Amino acid sequence: MDKLQFKPKSRIKEFLGEKTIAVTAFAALVAIMLIFIFIFKESLPIFHDEFVKEEASLDKMVFKQEYVEGRDPKWSWQPNSDIPKYSLLPLFIGTLKAAIIAMLFAVPLGVGAAIYSAEFASRRMREFIKPVIELLAGIPSVVLGFFALIVMATFLQNIFGFTYRLNAINAGVALGLAVIPIIFTMAEDAMTSVPQSLRDASLALGASPWQVSMTVVLPTALPGIAASIILGFGRAIGETMIVLMASGNAAVISASFTDSIRTVSATIASELAEVVFGSAHYNVLFFLGTLLFIFTFLLNMGGDIVLNRLKERFQGKIS
Amino acid sequence: MKKLLVATMLMLFATSFAFAGNTITIKGSDTLVRLGQRWAEEYMKHNPDVVIQVSGGGSGTGIAALLNGTTDICEASRDMKEKEYKLAEQKGLKPHRASVALDGIAVFLNEDMPIKELSIAQLKGIYTGAITNWKEVGGPDHLIILYGRENNSGTYAFFKEHVLKGEDYAERTQTLPGTAAVVNAVSKDVNGIGYGGIAWATGVKYAAVKPDDATPGILPTVETVMSGTYPVSRELYWFFSGEPTGELKKLLDWALSEEGQKIAIDMDYIPLKK
Repeated sequence: MDKLQFKPKSRIKEFLGEKTIAVTAFAALVAIMLIFIFIFKESLPIFHDEFVKEEASLDKMVFKQEYVEGRDPKWSWQPNSDIPKYSLLPLFIGTLKAAIIAMLFAVPLGVGAAIYSAEFASRRMREFIKPVIELLAGIPSVVLGFFALIVMATFLQNIFGFTYRLNAINAGVALGLAVIPIIFTMAEDAMTSVPQSLRDASLALGASPWQVSMTVVLPTALPGIAASIILGFGRAIGETMIVLMASGNAAVISASFTDSIRTVSATIASELAEVVFGSAHYNVLFFLGTLLFIFTFLLNMGGDIVLNRLKERFQGKIS
Repeated sequence: MKKLLVATMLMLFATSFAFAGNTITIKGSDTLVRLGQRWAEEYMKHNPDVVIQVSGGGSGTGIAALLNGTTDICEASRDMKEKEYKLAEQKGLKPHRASVALDGIAVFLNEDMPIKELSIAQLKGIYTGAITNWKEVGGPDHLIILYGRENNSGTYAFFKEHVLKGEDYAERTQTLPGTAAVVNAVSKDVNGIGYGGIAWATGVKYAAVKPDDATPGILPTVETVMSGTYPVSRELYWFFSGEPTGELKKLLDWALSEEGQKIAIDMDYIPLKK
């Protein structure tokens, strides 16, 4: 009889199946937790180990230090010096500079392309533009970095006459290429998911397509666009290979975007390979990793919260 | 759980030893990696039962690998630091150092740069940031663009010790992965200056280096490095975690033999003095 299928035996199978799927769902969560715990644990000696603290305490990483008596105190990242210097400021300035340029480059292009594709492009055009921009996301970052190092750096220097061939602008533009598809995809999704009823209502009231897009669709989708920008920024902060190759890797403190920079991620990538296990330098690199992790984690979470609010808005829970 | 962990680690350990029988790993200096690879190829031709794996990564990387027991031979373009010797002692290792070739550190200039020679003192000024304009050393009125190596490289450490006399590089020095990248950067930048092993230089010119202001500039060549007149030259080393024995010793002896040193010359390295 058919009823046999629902005997306890098959319930066990269902139970196991369900739990297995649950485990896969939690695997990623556990992995993230373990990664964070490990990275954080390796940076702990900075806070309690006397030997490490003497070389690299929080103080020394944040504030100006007078390394040689009589010379001006300064922020400096020179971990392999006779007097190791671990100021984090030059690295954070470098990271921010690259990310700012990347956003200045990627936000107008990404959002603009998204508006065009979602609102104005013909169906055929959209089916061409979308895959092409999304293809950009598929380019390995090392290829983008190599392109920026060999081709783009020379090109930009010839146009703008930069003193330093590899600089924040060069690295930032290359980073921007990696960020555009993230912003484009999410912003486009946000706009196409604005309910058709809203558009129809405005059109019925006599608004032109341009007015509908700018005054109805865009404001409604704004949280989604904001989320796309936040996530894009997170990618720009954490991206490694592009900045490692295209930024010049000089830990300089300056306000100029035409100077070379050294980012947090590139520093970890290039220095972790040679560092002696358990040394102060090793701990500081993991501390940098922890900060980077927390920062991108917060950005992603912020993006998610904004996105959820967007969903609620579509369902009419927020006016 | 702990038992399982110990058991897995033991297994991994055992397998790595089982493979270690006729497999030799060589790791370290990017300056030496091409020579190491060539040596390995030739040696494997003579001894088909031996497998040699050679990889680069920088002297610091190689030494760290030697101390962590993940390589048999560490290629290094600098001596181990006191800190590293101490660490080796803590781990119960007695590193054995053997010179395998010589190398001069060349100073690269763009081919269009009118300057031909620089003294050691001028180089120090340039790389520590005391001299920032080419006109201060008799060149055109333009900012000097500094290129150097990442701080895990033996070349970085050697140049810092012997030319900068231990002082820090100027912060605006752009650090690049590998001498090839430095040469590439200088070849594209008229106002650039870089340094690296002489075996690498193509597309740029060497600066003649003056030991002091009174002595004429000396170009890095096989003769000047071998005789020791070129002021920025060094020995290239192989480090072992202890006195080399068996296959490792055979490999070292062969590399130092006339045949091995002949290969070094063919690869544009400089052979050891007889």
